[in-house]
Amino acid sequence: MKQDTKGMWRCRFSTALGVVMVAAASLAVPGHAHSAEDTVVSGVSEAAEGRMDRGDHAWMLASSALVLMMTAPGLALFYSGLVRKKNVLGVMMQCVFLMGLMTVIWALYGYSLSFGGDGPLIGNGEFLLMNGVQMVDGAAPLEGSIPRLTHMLFQGMFFIITPALIVGAFAERMKFSTMAVFMVLWGTLVYCPLCHWVWDNGILCDGNKTFPIGGALDFAGGTVVHISSGISALVCALLIGRRLGFGSEPMPPHNLTYTAIGATMLWVGWFGFNAGSALAADGRAASAFAATHFAAAAGCLAWSGCEWVLRGRPSLLGACSGLVAGLVCITPGSGFVQPVSGVAIGLAGGAGCFFACTAVKSRFRYDDSLDVFGVHGVGGTLGALLTGVFATRHVADVRSGGPVGLIEGGTVLVNQIVATAITWILAVAVTFVLLKILDATMGLRVSQDEEIQGLDLSQHGEEGYIFI
Amino acid sequence: MKKIEAIIRHFKLEDVKSALNEHGVQGMTVTEVRGFGRQKGHTEMYRGTEYTVDLVPKIKLEVVVAEDAAQGVIETIVQAARTGQVGDGKIFVHDLAQTVRIRTGEVNGEAI
Repeated sequence: MKQDTKGMWRCRFSTALGVVMVAAASLAVPGHAHSAEDTVVSGVSEAAEGRMDRGDHAWMLASSALVLMMTAPGLALFYSGLVRKKNVLGVMMQCVFLMGLMTVIWALYGYSLSFGGDGPLIGNGEFLLMNGVQMVDGAAPLEGSIPRLTHMLFQGMFFIITPALIVGAFAERMKFSTMAVFMVLWGTLVYCPLCHWVWDNGILCDGNKTFPIGGALDFAGGTVVHISSGISALVCALLIGRRLGFGSEPMPPHNLTYTAIGATMLWVGWFGFNAGSALAADGRAASAFAATHFAAAAGCLAWSGCEWVLRGRPSLLGACSGLVAGLVCITPGSGFVQPVSGVAIGLAGGAGCFFACTAVKSRFRYDDSLDVFGVHGVGGTLGALLTGVFATRHVADVRSGGPVGLIEGGTVLVNQIVATAITWILAVAVTFVLLKILDATMGLRVSQDEEIQGLDLSQHGEEGYIFI
Repeated sequence: MKKIEAIIRHFKLEDVKSALNEHGVQGMTVTEVRGFGRQKGHTEMYRGTEYTVDLVPKIKLEVVVAEDAAQGVIETIVQAARTGQVGDGKIFVHDLAQTVRIRTGEVNGEAI
């Protein structure tokens, strides 16, 4: 047998790459905040009590728009380019329709269920039908330094994109009607409780008194958005089953140009997603913006680097997947870590998700069609844990002057692990039960004929491309 | 009458068209096709899944000529389309039963 000398060198190369990455991570030590900065720009926006801050508000309105753009055209293009031509509209329709469906749910009761009241487990009816949110007597109720309307809008965009992420797992084979019902139930029973737990003083919120060890740091949605959707996606992929012809028929992406346009739109939109989660136009928003940007860049390089070393050349799909993986990974920590830590986190996300989407997926042979688990599930989990490593009091002083992340001797990593585990359990349990019920009542999959014909025609009666 | 069908490389289309025009051929039909012979395809890689693409894109050219003109046209195409590498293509010659010009109704010899 001829000795695989090329393989040997690739092995040495990847080891070297690994060493470089660890070195980079160790360089991401928190720097000192410049003392002059402390007096000029504080980390957290301090609006005069009961006064709206116009700078904060302008930024939050813009952020809300950016996050909506992430679902469509961002995610819609990213996903639809990856499926076969006959299913291009199916994926887009799921994204567009969910923008409508989830928005209405959010307006009617979703916001109230997520952010109403003070309970540890779930919201209340305080904000039903936008009561307490909309203007009264010419005045808009405030949530901190911005109108509650804007807070509701911003959070609502997250409520839209989280279910939209899941559709990638069952692309090309799920019944549209069942998907719509599933998302309403999933949004109500997984997202709203989880959002309340993490962001409205619930059991997974940092500093909560009911379940202190579960109180974790999640700036923009590592648990609420990425872990929840990623793990639920895996359950969906396993229960719905593989596509016809998976493993034997070629199913390459039909239009990577869409995927590239979508991925880059996601990069830009993510500034609204992460930096907007500061809920203010302040120093912390700037730090989150920087960490996010650096993580995307590092993720892009990491995935491309892995391909370059292991396959001989980098691909556009790899670069796009890597940047998204980096963004996913930085999401929970973006407002807690320094920008250079963002580089380390991005590298980890890019490389980690690369292995999840190639080696792990092919080892277990599940058909997570668009790698929702591989990128969001794995990237989100990794990001939540790395937040516990790199979080620093210099960005967010959440321990009253004491150390936060592992790099400064803090213990928040424990909370991160607990919160991640609970999120996994919630996502798996509820998704499993919902799918079983829907399978028995409505049916999850289209028929074989419909799947072969393609969802565009069978579910929507349309063709994506009519070229003479 | 003969129908001459030639499978040639994409980038040779302009050369073959010019050569046939100079030779006196009045019209042709061109389609984009895929196929393989001795020329091998290539592999593509998407997120860890490898795909073998063995159908190579080519151009199919169809020309209808009078029987005595056929040999000259064949030689013209061969000269213009040849590079000497595997994948230059092939020419197939069919006997044609009838030809009609739709506008005028002329048949066979007058219709070419």
